[in-house]
Amino acid sequence: MSLLEIKDLKVHFPIKSGVLVDRTVGHVYAVDGVSLDIEAGTTYGLVGESGCGKTTLGRAVLRLVPVTGGEVWINGVDLAHLPEEEMRRSRRQAQMVFQDPLGSLDPRQNIESLLMEGLEVHGVGAGRSERRRYVLDALDAVGLPERALNRYPHEFSGGQRQRIGIARALVLEPDLIICDEPVSALDVSIQAQVLNLLEELQRERGLTYLMIAHDLAVVRHVSDAVGVMYLGALVEEAGSDALYTDPRHPYTRALVSAVPVPDPVVEDARERILLQGDLPSPADPPTGCRFHTRCPWRQEERCDTERPELRPVGEGHRVACHYAEEIAAGEIAPRGVVGPG
Amino acid sequence: MPARPLLAVHDLAVTFTQRRRRDVRAVDGISFSLGEGSVVGLVGESGCGKSVTSLALMGLLPPRGVQVSGRALFRPGGGDAEVDLLSLPTRRMRDLRGRELAMVFQDPLSSLNPVVPIGRQVTEILVRHRGLKGAAARSAAAELLERVGIPDPRRRLSEYPHELSGGMRQRALIAMAVACRPRLMIADEPTTALDVTIQAQILELLKELVTEEGTALLMITHDLGVVAGLCDEINVLYAGRVVEGAPRHDLFRAPTHPYTSGLLRSIPRLDAPRDEPLTPIRGTVNDAIEWADGCAFAPRCDNYAEDCLGGPPDMREERTGHRFRCVHPVHGRAPGVPEPTATQGGDR
Repeated sequence: MSLLEIKDLKVHFPIKSGVLVDRTVGHVYAVDGVSLDIEAGTTYGLVGESGCGKTTLGRAVLRLVPVTGGEVWINGVDLAHLPEEEMRRSRRQAQMVFQDPLGSLDPRQNIESLLMEGLEVHGVGAGRSERRRYVLDALDAVGLPERALNRYPHEFSGGQRQRIGIARALVLEPDLIICDEPVSALDVSIQAQVLNLLEELQRERGLTYLMIAHDLAVVRHVSDAVGVMYLGALVEEAGSDALYTDPRHPYTRALVSAVPVPDPVVEDARERILLQGDLPSPADPPTGCRFHTRCPWRQEERCDTERPELRPVGEGHRVACHYAEEIAAGEIAPRGVVGPG
Repeated sequence: MPARPLLAVHDLAVTFTQRRRRDVRAVDGISFSLGEGSVVGLVGESGCGKSVTSLALMGLLPPRGVQVSGRALFRPGGGDAEVDLLSLPTRRMRDLRGRELAMVFQDPLSSLNPVVPIGRQVTEILVRHRGLKGAAARSAAAELLERVGIPDPRRRLSEYPHELSGGMRQRALIAMAVACRPRLMIADEPTTALDVTIQAQILELLKELVTEEGTALLMITHDLGVVAGLCDEINVLYAGRVVEGAPRHDLFRAPTHPYTSGLLRSIPRLDAPRDEPLTPIRGTVNDAIEWADGCAFAPRCDNYAEDCLGGPPDMREERTGHRFRCVHPVHGRAPGVPEPTATQGGDR
């Protein structure tokens, strides 16, 4: 059963200009029609490079940014169209863990007060002692001792701070946790500690995760299904294993081929698909397929004019490319592939 | 490889001193060498001393509050004469920097002057070190930008850093670094701020420059994946010392220091099956003890035994070129490496 269902979600930010009167002169199409389902108790990974809209999508689910269009269903309620007051109450079902734990924890609040805040806002627990028990539970779940309660965020290391961020999300017993780059600010030896913790919590509590990150290896490791975003849209969605063994979209192929693997034997044998140029501006996305300006397999006419729909190509595998089958069969030759050696 | 390396660092130590505060020993006796035209990696997590090492070699540490000791013997022009980069007078050092030594930093936006067009920043180097003037300098600058893959280079010359994308800025910085065909380029996390597809472009460019121009590259990074494909030789740093150093195939096939093998076990690999568990290293870098008392990694180490605390462990060499600083090394294979027969890929 799906816990989260996103239908044609759009977030367009207006670009304002003018001295006396603000005129809207255009839009940044940060998220431009994304649909996806997340099964309860599973992890959905969202990858893409900076500016692809993955963070905005995560925030839009919780309405931390205004939603332009589309629907966000959690537990049978469409969050996108809830009145503000009800939305505030609904946020208890879905919590967020941010990238920078120091930036997202108020430096003047001690850990007890940070973790209590959510409980108080949502009126959870009868009285202080019961709330304190919830807080201690959450703290214990993330592996921090009780004495942490009287301390302040700056007294902790990066990994511990991220544990506090996770505890803050956990304490409200949400169904869904949206993790936005939860480990990218941490040293590699610490990353594994936090990733293992997230997996353990999922097993124990049946949590559902939306895992947003730029690191494909991290996302693949923790996710059941992975969606790849490019310029505000999903270009491919696949099971975690299929994404590496059988990527269908040219962008996914390039992404997979670009991630360095810590093994010289693998590195020497790999074929790298080098993309030309940079990401186009999301304020002025290319016509047709948004990837056509950088695509090594681009075909005349159709790719430039017709926007490909996300269509199924296998069990749990969707791709938005006109020529996915031809590319897989090797009927279209790519440009700009660097071979091994 | 020639008998004498291009750069030989012996026992480099850097201590930051502050009044009324405890001294901080950021680099605690690092030794490594780098042959002409070779690529050597310094890998480690934050606080291991990798960036301070690069700044010390370039003479870019602040003049006050820093004690530098050791030697860094460099052969200018690849000739027989040696100079010690750590004790060279400021003027000679300034002359070497830009011409023989070049550096690329992590964040191109803060290493480029925001109020000067790219073109002028590149020509400045050509004017200062190669004595070019006017139109000649300008077209040489355009050629350089083209060389590093910046499209429409003539137009780019008049643009300011903020008008370029992150990847383009890093290319511009690399163009400045290679402007005088340096013998040695030090790149400190050159791709960390970039997206992975752009990172692939920049790494490809660096490889190309090394092969075609014969520039030696000292690559400083936290990313074991990056060094695996790029470096001939890799040094792993922990708490200001090299704990393991080996040719890349050797290092990844048979990581010997528990820290190296721990790192490899804790990173999710893109090509590994999903259910392969990660084994984190416990604790944090802050748990390190002083090298004088024993192995700094001991408090986090799975192979810890009491004799780990009997003073600083010596650097040992078991196979040729594979050195490690550990009393109880790991003698296993790297995670994900199945059988020794399957991995007989020779070194480059």
